[in-house]
Amino acid sequence: MNYDKILLEHGGGGLLSNELIAEKFLPRFNNAYLERLEDSAVITIGSQKFCFTTDSYVVSPIFFPGGNIGSLAVHGTVNDLSVCGGKPLYLSCGIILEEGFPIASLDKIIQSMAEAASEAGVKIVTGDTKVVPRGAADGIFINTSGIGIVEYPGPLSIKNIQPGDAIILNGTIGDHGAAIMKARENLNLTADVVSDSAPLNDLIAGLLKVSPNIHCMRDATRGGLGAILAEIAKSAKVQINISENDIPVQENVRGICEILGLDPLFLANEGKMVLFCPAADAERVLSAMKTHKYGKNAAIIGSVGDMGKGRVVIKTSIGGERIVDLPTGELVPRIC
Amino acid sequence: MLLRKNNEVIKRARYLFAGIVQGVGFRPFIYRLATRLGLTGFVQNRPDGVSVEVEGIPTAIDSFFSTVCQELPPLANITGVESLEIAVTGDTDFKIIVSDNEGQGDVHIAPDSAVCTDCLKELLDPSDRRFRYPFINCTNCGPRLTIINDIPYDRVHTSMGCFPLCPACLAEYENPTDRRFHAEPNACPVCGPRLELRDAEGNIIPCSDPLKEAIQRITAGQVLAIKGLGGFHLCVDASSDNAVQKLRKRKYREEKPLAIMVRDVEHARQIAEVSNEEQAMLLSVLRPIVLLRKKENIPISQLVAPSVPNLGIMLPYAPLHHLLLENQFTALVMTSANQVDEPICISNREAVIRLKGIADYFLAHNRDILVRCDDSIGFVTGGKPQLMRRSRGYAPRPIILKEAYPAVLALGPQLKATQCILKDNFAFLSPHIGDLETPQARDFFHESLALMKRITQSDPQVIACDYHPAYYSTEVARELKAARIIPVQHHHAHIVSCMAENQIDGDVIGLAMDGTGYGLDGNAWGGEFLIANSTQFKRFGHLQYFVLPGGQKAIHEPWRIGVSLLRQAYRQSWPEIASRLNLVPDQAHYELLDKMIEIRLNSPLSSGLGRLFDGVAAIMGLRRKVSFEGQSAMELEAKAKSAGQVLPFEILRNPDESHMLDISATVRAIVESIISGKSMEEIASAFHATLSAAFGAMSGEIRKLTGINRVALSGGCFQNRILLEGTVVELKKKNFEVYCHSQVPANDGGVSLGQAVIAGSIMKKGF
Repeated sequence: MNYDKILLEHGGGGLLSNELIAEKFLPRFNNAYLERLEDSAVITIGSQKFCFTTDSYVVSPIFFPGGNIGSLAVHGTVNDLSVCGGKPLYLSCGIILEEGFPIASLDKIIQSMAEAASEAGVKIVTGDTKVVPRGAADGIFINTSGIGIVEYPGPLSIKNIQPGDAIILNGTIGDHGAAIMKARENLNLTADVVSDSAPLNDLIAGLLKVSPNIHCMRDATRGGLGAILAEIAKSAKVQINISENDIPVQENVRGICEILGLDPLFLANEGKMVLFCPAADAERVLSAMKTHKYGKNAAIIGSVGDMGKGRVVIKTSIGGERIVDLPTGELVPRIC
Repeated sequence: MLLRKNNEVIKRARYLFAGIVQGVGFRPFIYRLATRLGLTGFVQNRPDGVSVEVEGIPTAIDSFFSTVCQELPPLANITGVESLEIAVTGDTDFKIIVSDNEGQGDVHIAPDSAVCTDCLKELLDPSDRRFRYPFINCTNCGPRLTIINDIPYDRVHTSMGCFPLCPACLAEYENPTDRRFHAEPNACPVCGPRLELRDAEGNIIPCSDPLKEAIQRITAGQVLAIKGLGGFHLCVDASSDNAVQKLRKRKYREEKPLAIMVRDVEHARQIAEVSNEEQAMLLSVLRPIVLLRKKENIPISQLVAPSVPNLGIMLPYAPLHHLLLENQFTALVMTSANQVDEPICISNREAVIRLKGIADYFLAHNRDILVRCDDSIGFVTGGKPQLMRRSRGYAPRPIILKEAYPAVLALGPQLKATQCILKDNFAFLSPHIGDLETPQARDFFHESLALMKRITQSDPQVIACDYHPAYYSTEVARELKAARIIPVQHHHAHIVSCMAENQIDGDVIGLAMDGTGYGLDGNAWGGEFLIANSTQFKRFGHLQYFVLPGGQKAIHEPWRIGVSLLRQAYRQSWPEIASRLNLVPDQAHYELLDKMIEIRLNSPLSSGLGRLFDGVAAIMGLRRKVSFEGQSAMELEAKAKSAGQVLPFEILRNPDESHMLDISATVRAIVESIISGKSMEEIASAFHATLSAAFGAMSGEIRKLTGINRVALSGGCFQNRILLEGTVVELKKKNFEVYCHSQVPANDGGVSLGQAVIAGSIMKKGF
């Protein structure tokens, strides 16, 4: 599809985002690290493997139940490093501020960043601050980059996913997306929802010790679990089978989705990851996850089927099967 | 020296017949006719048709040609004839000679056909060697498309290839005067396929009479999966509440009507009203399911088709069905065997796996079904047949177009998907594929694509698809990497599908009325007044946009659309009205709903007439949630009479010069009627009458500006008989020429035809 202007959907983590990256960036930056399209690049310098990633945070509202743009900027980058098997060490912090932004808010945000970094055991070692005129940005935007070392021997990559692998999720989905939506639109909903924003490096470090056979991990952020699985299935050319009944969703999130007509599968998370490992290791990994505070509600949500058809099939709660497509950002219903 | 016979000059003529002329007894028919008329020469199958040369006196040759056209075998369909007078050769007899493989493939595959009267007579004749043999067939009937693997249509290319003919069958097969001459699926109890009864796990249950055992189990209230022509049916006794309930529960199919099969027209008449036209449709060799108006107090379970006025009834078409219904059962539920929303099962193995937990037993056999083909569904409106699903019996017989087009493949929409290949002046539509939401349906989509290319022997490099970026068919179009992809707007395709089957071109007024289709402005269209031709359209006007709060959710929960309509009609005071109508399940949500609509949170705009029906049915309290598509509209139609009071509506002009049918006043009038205690019948009738009047008024506006006098009606809403007939009357009153569907469905099942013709026209005109 050809567009002459950028649409919001180009940044939505769905079909258009993928097209934009594949058509505009990959051919020009053209290198093997980028082409893998993993959450971090894994590079070797000398004899040491490093992982390296970057992410920009533009969340609105800036403050939400369970965190703010600052804690999010640390957690997101820490998690991108961790799912590639890395031990996150150092972060950068680039901040763009809009003229007139309250110093008190900035204080709170920086304090949250410091606390988040301390919990994750990383240091913010370099930074940059820019101020733009009123209207040129929406309050505050943050970019963080991160670097870590990779000690896990096995490569962790979508390409390692094997038919028969179990798929494990570390907890309930949709918490962040629902919290943001409620806060942003100031929705009159009685149900409380809190973002799941959290650093997953400690949880993941524990899992890597339990199983030497983990094939792949991804954090399920923008686009939600549905988008990440659809992307993995396409890229690994496998059928991913999941079961609606096995995917944990908090009651209050389910309630919000119910009234707004949203599918928790496509709501953002900021502290959730999916893990692929041989079925034989699944129970061991699952129990390790469950002992960690960021994995209490972990569950095995499905398995990897045959090679060939890159798609996600969900067994619905009423027994049928349905395809989970990569979201296009398109609101016009396909049905009826 | 000229050859003479009885003093007349002898001549020789050559004919090439194209169309459905193979596998339908065409050659023996020609042989018998030529012999009867004292002509010599030969008949021969070729890839481009059947070639005939006849030699004899001119009057005999003339009468040969006219008789071919008049007495054509029942399944044959000639789409083209070339004739030429050639030199006399002096043949002394008439021969059927072996197939010639030269020439381009122009042979059409015949659809499956209901068992003919000759075979039926033999089936029930104790002295016949095929007495009670469920696979009896001849060149005039039986399976065709569903057993075909490849063309030419020879036994080796069908699933009968693995059954060598016994001497008796071979003799029939080789005898040009026999009804079974080259009947490719010819079989008998000695050499042909056999029935088998299998348990829920798929193990064969040894028994001497699987049919009898199956009947006993159905009588006992169990769910049988029965292998038919185009797939398995799930079968229960339609008179038993328990059995029907069991089937519904296991299939997760709460309310959607189930089709039933009855022995004959008399049995159909006992449970439903049957007009002459409906009788003809029931009895045609195409044997569709026909929607008929239920009678009162009938011995059919209420659970078969709850809260709708019609029953979907079909007559037996496979010999097995005749045997099943021979002595027992008022009616059998015969619904496509599948899991919810999936395609029909065809192989024994697939059936056992996919119907696990649904079927108690399988009445299967060892003749493979190679092509999935659901039962077709039709009804009669205004004395004419209309199809809701064009599949078994119809596919792959082509729609004949007014002119020839370059080769095009159209991939159809997302729901009720079909594919269409254009070749010359023929449009070949695939059997019904279904809703492309399940993995099975998507696999079937690819199966069907391969089949269509094989049987048309073409691989078009121009692909038409829907404009909706998220349709699976659109995704496939992108992946196929054709020379050209032509996206077609959904409602334009609807209108052109109607034009194509009516063989009209030029500009028409198009009334495209359905639930949802992707609009050029990114909104969900569906109440569209178009000025259209086969390459372009202009949106002259549309049903006023309203919000669908919750997107797709609003389609399953039409009370949301009711809220949206009330808010549009009453502004801030909508909650008060909603409370009076008891519309919203949880009143605590008023503020949230208001906000959702206000800020358009997950709330797209729709101009879909189908959605308006849903919303109005919800406001009227008929139905606040639906369990299948079209349920609200069906119930609203069921309440309506053909004449009603026309409620107020307005035609407004948008800033962009397009027109808008504003129905806020209509909604207010409906609400007032409800509050003042008018009957549902009266309100439903008025709603229908108002729409017909509005369609007439908008068409009048278009004619005033453009002078166009032809109106094409398409889209799923025109399956509503009250709306269709009311609109036709209204338009004819204003002297419009009106075109409706009869060959392809008005619903999305016909969209691939419109897509194909639009793409073909664009290619032809070099756009």
